[in-house]
This record gives sequence, structure tokens and C-alpha cells, in this order.
Amino acid sequence: MGMTLAEKILAAHVEPEQVHADQFIEAAVDVVLANDITAPIAIREFEKLGVARVFDPERVVMVPDHFAPNKDIKSAEQCLLMHQFARAQGLTHYFQVGRMGIEHVLLPEQGLVGPGDIVVGADSHTCTYGALAAFATGMGSTDIAVAMATGRIWMRVPETIRIVYHGRLRAWVGGKDLILYTIGQIGVGGARYKAIEFVGPAIDSLSMDGRFTMANMAIEAGGKVGLFEVDDITRAYVDGRTLRPYHVHRADPDATYVRVIEIDASQIEPQVAFPHLPENARPVSQAAGVRIAQVVIGSCTNGRLGDLSVAANLLRGRQVHPDVRCIIIPGSQQVYLDALRQGLIETFIRAGAVVSTPTCGPCLGGHMGVLAGGERAVSTTNRNFRGRMGHPESEVYLAGPAVAAASAVAGSIAGPEDVLS
Amino acid sequence: MKLVGRVWKHGDNVDTDAIIPARYLNVSTPQELAHHCLEDIDPTFADAVRPGDLIVAGENFGCGSSREHAPLAIKGAGVGCVVARSFARIFYRNAINVGLPVLECPAAVDETEQGHQLEIVLGMGQVRNLTTGRVYQADPYPPFLMKIIDAGGLVPYTQRRIKDRET
Ligand code: SF4
Repeated sequence: MGMTLAEKILAAHVEPEQVHADQFIEAAVDVVLANDITAPIAIREFEKLGVARVFDPERVVMVPDHFAPNKDIKSAEQCLLMHQFARAQGLTHYFQVGRMGIEHVLLPEQGLVGPGDIVVGADSHTCTYGALAAFATGMGSTDIAVAMATGRIWMRVPETIRIVYHGRLRAWVGGKDLILYTIGQIGVGGARYKAIEFVGPAIDSLSMDGRFTMANMAIEAGGKVGLFEVDDITRAYVDGRTLRPYHVHRADPDATYVRVIEIDASQIEPQVAFPHLPENARPVSQAAGVRIAQVVIGSCTNGRLGDLSVAANLLRGRQVHPDVRCIIIPGSQQVYLDALRQGLIETFIRAGAVVSTPTCGPCLGGHMGVLAGGERAVSTTNRNFRGRMGHPESEVYLAGPAVAAASAVAGSIAGPEDVLS
Repeated sequence: MKLVGRVWKHGDNVDTDAIIPARYLNVSTPQELAHHCLEDIDPTFADAVRPGDLIVAGENFGCGSSREHAPLAIKGAGVGCVVARSFARIFYRNAINVGLPVLECPAAVDETEQGHQLEIVLGMGQVRNLTTGRVYQADPYPPFLMKIIDAGGLVPYTQRRIKDRET
């Protein structure tokens, strides 16, 4: 029987190498990840298991990114606990502040993840690496503790939804708009417990950055993983970068899909998801005029160089509206450096934006841009749940970097064309 | 195991930021987290909840982040079980792993109101609404999950397997 891409990758990690949807398997994992919020619980549970060492110190990755650089004493203690564990276990990939980035920008960038890998992370957006055709999925700290100890994880093989994007993208439309539109169509539970395969002509020409953005938000439709096939764009990204050999798998032509969705991508406008669910997506033309107090451009969704370039193209020679705080957060030190070399950072500062060191920060209402009651923000992050960016009475509107930058200039939700004209 | 408790009713898509807002994630014990459980959607809950109370909710309960702090906060608040029409994948897994009972039982959810009394027989997946007298059957756990539940969570389950491998 034919297998989907998700089944193919999982099958390569079990004996015998055949799996089918709904089956419970125990698979070997290639990389295990935790961050400053989830690692403390994972470490506590790991210690209960009575195992002295992690299964492989090169494959357990820890990143202080959520509340780092430490925002308060309690956060500092969580980061310290994680750092001490990393040192005691001799972890090769602990990223101290200064070398750090937002985990899901950092791991692919540093070559720690490659096609065909199974990656489990104590962070729901671990699914980002699906862009590289890695079966990458988020889990809780206890699962991660067991994976750190044993190098194995139990999983239920998911069914797959195949989403085909036809046509060419319009100007200023990127991966964020495609995924917001898609979640708007299928809902925040539309892919619950399922894998997604993103395919079609519009995907073939999408940049790696755009694919990371889409895979990142598979979880916002309830998905377990959002996968892309390996092509020349993938190879150009991973060749010379991944630290381990990688494996290219393809879905069989006779694979079984639980649902196939066809989307005419040429009809999609830049999107905005209204509070308080990512499924509340609308074309920006139907969102215009909502007054905002803050714009955030960054996060594991849209904190890569391509995202910052789009924002800079709109902010160059323009000014952030005087009532708006525009906060720009490069996703990693490398992204920061590249943006600096390309002059993007100067563009942002001249436009009246603030540029932060890499951190999750405002994405989860942690620090570096928390909202007051009644304030609204346009954000390139991935969640607009109530209270996500601060006060429970604040509001987050999700968008791509083009709409976010245009809105920063306009002082209210605006499309790029509104600012250019 | 039989649970009897008073119901706190919620709608669809109760997300993990609602269950435990990220601003409190700089701590991780169930007791500390419990003080802020569901705070942004029901500020009275953390003070008013009594040990053994039950949460009944709609579709996709626990959607969003992977934070295990969410089931820990609910468990720390003393909630005996969450009954929902459906659960988000990571939350469901986390709940099983940390030993917070969760049941999928759409019919019971639809006919249960805030303040009703429920009696739940966990092993059988039976939900009895003591206020209305109606009885429901929850979806059974897959046999694989039953092994983890019977062991008392993923850590004891794994401890046992590690020991078996060594001997
Ligand atoms: S940037 Fe936001 S969504 Fe991404 S890992 Fe950090 S907190 Fe999570």
C-alpha cells in the first residue's frame, strides 16, 4: 500500500519499515529539543527516570529563547537550571545568549535538522522543520524527558491532508498569507491529529523562509506536522549546512489521503487574522482602518531574513506612525548580522522602529513589548489567543511582514498598496 | 476509579494561554500554576474551584502551545477530570502523561451545564449526570494508551521498561 510523506519518514525509523495511519509506533528520534520554559519540567522528569545520561549529547538541543535574555529572577533561575543540566550532560548544542536565536529559526539555520529526520521538541512550533521534510512535532516536557533518556518516542501515525496550491502568488503575498488563508478555510481544529502535505505550483516557487512560515503554523490548524517535499530550493538551503547526512523521502502516488484540498493561490490577498483565533482570517482590504498601538515583526514564524527584507522594503524612506511602537526582532544572531550587513537594521531605526536582540519576547506576552488593556497590535507571530501578548483585554491581529510594516506606517491596519500609493 | 464533582463548563477551543497565561510560565510546580488556572477567561475559577470539580468543554480543548504547565495547572487546581467533545493533540498526550484524566464524550458535553454534578467511572469511561440522571459512554482509550494510564503516567511506565531492559 502506498505511503504518504509522513508515513514514509516514520517508516524509516521503525522495524519493519512499513507503517499506516492510526498505528501506534515507537520510533527512534534524530533530535530532541527543549527551551527555557519547557526544559525545567523535562529535566525534573528526566531525573525521575533513573537514567544518568541523555541518549546522545549531540542530539539533545536546548535554547534559552522565550524569556531570555532573562526578563526576571524566576526566568533567570529557569535558564540557569537548563544551562547547568546542559553542562553536566555535555550537550554540544546549548545556545547561550549571544549565540542564541529563536529555536525554530536557529535549528535549521545551524544545520541541526535535515530532511527525513524525526524531531520532537517541547515546543508546539517544532513543526516548523516540516519545511525541510523532517517529521517534526511538538510534545510536552514529560515526553521530551523520555525521548532525552531513551532516544525513542511513541506516536500514533497521523492521517494526512494534502493541500494543493495552484496559480501564482500576487505581489506582497507570502507564506504567512497562504497559511492564514488556509487556517481560515479549515479552522483551528481542521487538521487536528493529522499531518499536512503542502504541494502545488505556488509552493514550488515559494522561498525556504515562506515554507518555514507555513510549516510553523500547521499546529494552528491542530496539525501534528506540516510537510513540504524536498526540491532544489530545499537542497540549496540544506546542502553544506546540515551537520548529518539527510534522507529524501517522497509520498507514493497511490498514498491514501484523508482529505485533498485545492486552493487557487492567485486569488489570495494579503491576510489578517482577527482576535482571538488564527482562523479569523480576512483579506486585508476588509480589515483596513483598525487603529493599532504596536507592530511586532519577528518570531519563529516571520523572523527570518526574507521577512525582514519585505518589512524594510516598505519602511525604507517612510516613518512609523507616531502613535505606534514598531518592534522588530531578528530570529537569530545570524539573521541579525545579515540584516545589519544588508542595511536593513539602519532602515528600521531611521524609520523609527526599535530593533531587539533575538528573543520570543512579545510573541507570548513575555517581555520586550507587552500590551496594555485595550491596546491592539498587528503581529507577524502565530497566535492571537486572548491575552497572548499581554493584558487579557488587548488584541492581536496576525499578518505577514508586508501588512505589519504597512500598518506600522499607517497607524492602523493597512495593506502594502495603501502605503505605496 | 469513581469521580464525583461539580461542573465548570466551557466552549470550544479553550487554548493553553487561557488555561495558563504565558506570563506565569516562569514557574512550573502544579501548586504555583494552579493560582492562575483559566484566569483570563474566568478570574473567579482559581479561588472558587474545589478539589474533585470537573471541567466540561467543547471541541479542541487545550489547543495551542505544548506547555505541560496547562494540564499541571488544572491538576494542581484539584480538577478530577476534563470531559470534552475533543482535545488538541499535544494537550491530550500531556494530560495522559502527567496523570490528569481526560475523556472524549460529545453527548455528555452537549447536555451538561455549569454547576451540574457528574459521576465518572474512569476505567469504564462512563459519565453519569447526577443532575439530569442521564448516562453516557465516552470513547474508549486505545489499548496502547491504557498501558501508560495503568502504569500511572509516562514516567512510571518508562521506569518499568528501563528496568525490564536492564534485567
Ligand atoms: S517565537 Fe513565539 S511561537 Fe515561536 S517559539 Fe517563541 S514563543 Fe513560541
